[in-house]
Amino acid sequence: MKNRKPSRYEERVQQAYLAQQQSGRPVNILGIETSCDETSASVVQDGRTVLSNIIASQADIHKRFGGVVPEVASRRHVENITLTIEEALQEAGKTLDDIQAIAVTYGPGLVGALLVGVAAAKAISYARGIPLIGVHHIAGHIYANRLVTEMEFPLIALVVSGGHTELVWMKEHGHYEILGETRDDAAGEAYDKVARALQLPYPGGPHIDRLAHEGTPSIPLPRAWLEPNSYDFSFSGLKSAVLNTLHNASQRGESISPQDLAASFQDSVTEVLVEKTIRAVKEYGARQVLLAGGVAANRGLRERLSKRCGEEGLPLVIPPLSLCTDNAAMIAAAGYISYQKGRFARLDLNGVPGLPLS
Amino acid sequence: MMRVLAMDTSNLVLSVAVVEEDRILAELTTNQQKNHSVRLMDAISELMDETGTLPEQLAGIGVAKGPGSYTGVRIGVATAKSMAWSLQIPVIGVSSLEAVAMNARGFSGLIVPLFDARRGQVYTGAFRTKDWAELSVVAEERLVLLRDWLASLKEQAGNERVLFMGEDLRIHRETIAEQLGEQALFAPATHNHPRAAHIGLAALGKLAEGGHPHEMVPEYLQLAEAEAKWLAQNPACGVKE
Ligand SMILES: [Zn+2]
Repeated sequence: MKNRKPSRYEERVQQAYLAQQQSGRPVNILGIETSCDETSASVVQDGRTVLSNIIASQADIHKRFGGVVPEVASRRHVENITLTIEEALQEAGKTLDDIQAIAVTYGPGLVGALLVGVAAAKAISYARGIPLIGVHHIAGHIYANRLVTEMEFPLIALVVSGGHTELVWMKEHGHYEILGETRDDAAGEAYDKVARALQLPYPGGPHIDRLAHEGTPSIPLPRAWLEPNSYDFSFSGLKSAVLNTLHNASQRGESISPQDLAASFQDSVTEVLVEKTIRAVKEYGARQVLLAGGVAANRGLRERLSKRCGEEGLPLVIPPLSLCTDNAAMIAAAGYISYQKGRFARLDLNGVPGLPLS
Repeated sequence: MMRVLAMDTSNLVLSVAVVEEDRILAELTTNQQKNHSVRLMDAISELMDETGTLPEQLAGIGVAKGPGSYTGVRIGVATAKSMAWSLQIPVIGVSSLEAVAMNARGFSGLIVPLFDARRGQVYTGAFRTKDWAELSVVAEERLVLLRDWLASLKEQAGNERVLFMGEDLRIHRETIAEQLGEQALFAPATHNHPRAAHIGLAALGKLAEGGHPHEMVPEYLQLAEAEAKWLAQNPACGVKE
């Protein structure tokens, strides 16, 4: 219906927003993130200052299954959701009276998991008559950087995690252009698969990183540069090459140093990620490079990107580990941009597993 | 006057109601199989406006806690507990099966609501009522093969009539008729949907018992498949539930 009368909820939200704008007081946003296996809630002030960031991790639960089980994750989210939110308020020393808006991840992610956070956010927004903001998970990862240092535009963000590998160009706040993304496995996924082949425990990324530092990249492995102009990524060929190397060696009765193999694999992944990032910086122009996502914790990637950015004289921002992995503070930080623009979601907000970033 | 908001999204039907003491102020029930995540909050907002109810006027929230579709149950429970938590009021979970069975109050005989659970299984239970009194549980709710369930009902019912209820009867009606013959009755279409008003009134009666939002969890009646498999392979760890 086009010209319908606004609901009481919509009126209350508008009133609350106007009153806040006139007051000039700081804006406290409650962030909620449940896109995968972390139930997280956070209070962030003015998009920059983390007052609390509670993460109820399910990592131990999913470890036994060798990966995240969506149904199990969704069940834990619904058990933990209000507890986690309450903890976030308590740690921030706030009550819901001090919260001006609710920001929630509505995609991409596991649909059943997303729905729990979205339902909770909508319910609280409705009950309190305060704005609801839908946040894209990748935008959240990028905005984790703003909790560390102010963003300088234009910028290039490299987002790497278990589910994502994206190169994003931003010319201003809230504007995202995807330059490249993975055509098959995400970088973090490739790490997990290679780790499994090397019989390392799940999640394998940190183990590969550790082994890589003990070995030398002496085993030749391919680099998937794809077409000369492409900023896309592909890691499945590399993963297969690693598996073949292991397989061939075992057939010949030779042993392969896991340290050297890990180092060679990591060398291939980080070279492609870093060189494509640097090339994008040069082509599009950027005053800042941001590294985001869970794989930003990877030492090999951090070191290589730092070195190359140093050579090119580019400022690089890497958030601390606690803000790299999935958390609600980054969602609240990204949500603040929408808040300033008055861009709010309606009560029919849904969880969208394949939500595009645009 | 205590007002309660109630909701059921545990299966394909969406039902929302606002009730007050012994009156139903408004109720919305649709069987359009639209996405509950998209529809639920708008339906609540509409009904609350319709009845001139502000969220802070609510004394409690009632919700169908399952069994049913895992996702559907979670949408209802997450919404209800989050709303109750932010309003600092109790949330009361009512069995989704019982919510359907309440439609048969006044029937003398065995009341058997059921939801299809695939692979020949159903979520079901058996209730009894007398002279419009509250339902009493005859057989605890469970996940069971329909054939086994019908066999055990036959023993339990003796000569009594058995009233089967629920939207999913269309799937299982033949099997039931085959096994129970004349003894089986089938509820008319008007009685097969869960009605949130029943949940609201049941919740009203239990508000004094509390019902802390943190403790409100769905009743799935079964483990997630991965968990069940894992437990089968690691029997020493036992079932924690
Ligand atoms: Zn993430």
